[in-house]
Amino acid sequence: MSFDEIYNIALMQGFAGLSLFAVLLLMGLGLAIIFGQMGVINMAHGEFMTIGAYTIFLLSSLTESYAPGLIQAYFPFAIVCSFLVAFAFGWLTEWALIRHLYKRPLDTLLATWGLSLAMQQAFRSIIGPKEVSPILPDWLMGSWSPAEGLDIPINGMFVLGLTIVVTGGVLLALYKSRWGLRVRATVANRSMANAIGINTTRTDRVTFAIGCGLAGVAGAAFTTIGSTGPTSGSLYIVDAFLVVTFGGAASLWGTVVSAFGIAQMQSISEFFLSGSMAKVLTLLLIVTILMLRPQGLFASKVRR
Amino acid sequence: MSAKHLPPEHLSSSSRRTFMLGAAALPLALAMSRMGHAAALPTAQVNTTGLAVTDTEVVVGQLHSATGTMAISETGSIQAEQLAIDQINEMGGILGRKIRVIKEDGASDWPTFAEKSRKLLVNDRVATVFGCWTSASRKAVLPIFEKENGLLYYPTFYEGLEQSKNVIYTGQEATQQILYGLDWAKKEKGAQKIFLVGSDYIWPRTSMKIARKHIENFQGGKVVGEEYYPLGNTNFNSLINKIKIAKPDCILAAVVGGSNVAFYKQLKAAGITGAKQFLLTLSVTEDEMLGIGGENFEGFYSSMKYFQSLENENNKKFVAAFKAKYGPKAVIGDVTQAAYLGPWLWKAAVEKAGSFDVDKVVAASPGIELTTAPEGYVKIHENHHLWSKTRIGMGLADGQFKVVAESPELIEPNPFPEGYQ
Repeated sequence: MSFDEIYNIALMQGFAGLSLFAVLLLMGLGLAIIFGQMGVINMAHGEFMTIGAYTIFLLSSLTESYAPGLIQAYFPFAIVCSFLVAFAFGWLTEWALIRHLYKRPLDTLLATWGLSLAMQQAFRSIIGPKEVSPILPDWLMGSWSPAEGLDIPINGMFVLGLTIVVTGGVLLALYKSRWGLRVRATVANRSMANAIGINTTRTDRVTFAIGCGLAGVAGAAFTTIGSTGPTSGSLYIVDAFLVVTFGGAASLWGTVVSAFGIAQMQSISEFFLSGSMAKVLTLLLIVTILMLRPQGLFASKVRR
Repeated sequence: MSAKHLPPEHLSSSSRRTFMLGAAALPLALAMSRMGHAAALPTAQVNTTGLAVTDTEVVVGQLHSATGTMAISETGSIQAEQLAIDQINEMGGILGRKIRVIKEDGASDWPTFAEKSRKLLVNDRVATVFGCWTSASRKAVLPIFEKENGLLYYPTFYEGLEQSKNVIYTGQEATQQILYGLDWAKKEKGAQKIFLVGSDYIWPRTSMKIARKHIENFQGGKVVGEEYYPLGNTNFNSLINKIKIAKPDCILAAVVGGSNVAFYKQLKAAGITGAKQFLLTLSVTEDEMLGIGGENFEGFYSSMKYFQSLENENNKKFVAAFKAKYGPKAVIGDVTQAAYLGPWLWKAAVEKAGSFDVDKVVAASPGIELTTAPEGYVKIHENHHLWSKTRIGMGLADGQFKVVAESPELIEPNPFPEGYQ
């Protein structure tokens, strides 16, 4: 192998780690908000991702039938729609289910698990049990090759870019906006926040819906790299929880760092070991670190 | 009476079934008179073991996952078996008796499969069962079928290493699917260095073991990589880099489920396309193409016994009937076609045996031929698997396959291949 080849492979492998980081962060973000800020274990997170993916599929089919000329341009618009649709379903779910269970974390776990099964079957009955593939614009396909033998996946760059934008937006909203202030106040001390006039019920609902909306965005973005089917969401749920728990539940920065750490661990070990062994090694490391540091990488400074 | 004598019109009749219903009585009466001796057989004679058979009706079971993760794959089988049963009923049924189906849902859960199979065999006393898809579900029901002496028609291509008196395997076992594909890859594509990739469970591992033995011991080729990824894995970028280092002449892939879609999307995004790299897979049919998208699989090859695009009269009628029943967008994959064979093979065996008794049907099964099969001619082997041809299809952008090669002869099923274990 020549030096050039090794250099190219190293670059591509580095990008593989980055793109896995983006995937993990994007899927964990919504969960981090719901789990971290509200303490609700949302087992249906994956299904909200599926809602996002199906929104892309629906819009791509509509675009193909009614405005085939726009097929190159619909995608960014469709991602915004995925957010809105998942947001709306999240709002509804909070109102119908979650708000009755706030003081009972184990019951929310069970209720959202049930919800996830019900949603999967609903997808199957309404949209169909088989997988679908949304029509993606040409500019999202294939690879960018600046040099011979060097191929950087365009969809990977897209997901990476989107993750940076979304994460930046969430951090900005959480630390600079009125909503963020209310969320942080509610997390820090619910009754006190209530006493000074913050509508915590409304804050909870918006927070939950935003978390679901972010799941929708993740699901939408993953149509470029993964499958779209009734159970696609369940492929991501375990990794999403892993990222959030490992990072420390109440810290968004923790989620970012943990996604980065897990992605690097996984992609480097996958390169040197077989796929299944790499997974085992990654999980072993995570479990060991969590045994030594049960609160996760970034401890929460929340008074419970 | 063997299946060779099936009137050819049975397939086309269903495509026109909506307005044929009223007119169906006449050809049906003709068909019945042709099988006059069958209708006259008294129930006491054709059913000595207490199965659910009356003078006018025979009850069969259908056991697939209509819900849960496997519904993605098993829906096609459910539809094809129902189509075959409808067509048989339109012809007058079997031994003058209409088939009634009891549908059970295995719900992608293996203990549920076991429980439902016991219900079908013990409570419902069904004459036969069409069902299962994964090997795990088949292994879960096998002891029950053997204990209760039931009969199962199993449609999926699978890893082999099994043979039961109580099962007829209508899909290919591993050597039928793999060996011809590898020989073709060597001859036509000069494949010497092969990279093996699969999901991490029994079917890909057994298949790859057979492939490795064949490549190393019989072809003089070299395996330059062998990788398995957990089921449901969605990230293949590191693997793709390893493939780029190994520079194989051929990637042999057996990735399944949601991983399958991610694998091909990411291959394309990494610049590995059909134009640059030869890839042969054991796990992509027209059904999987729906999720993968034709543009991501274009130019890669699949080794199967059946493709929807096969050019023959049987298949044209089958595809037309399937689309008439399930909509113009419906696609038919390898397993769907194999599932369609189940009811027809059972019909032929029952008519040959002149009885619904499981022992007699099983005894009559080896040697049963089907000239009306969409894949062409098939025949049941002594070992309960089918003699069948293997084809190589090249993926097209529209999600269909172009058949580029076909084994010249029927390939003998060999579920316990010596030298490959």
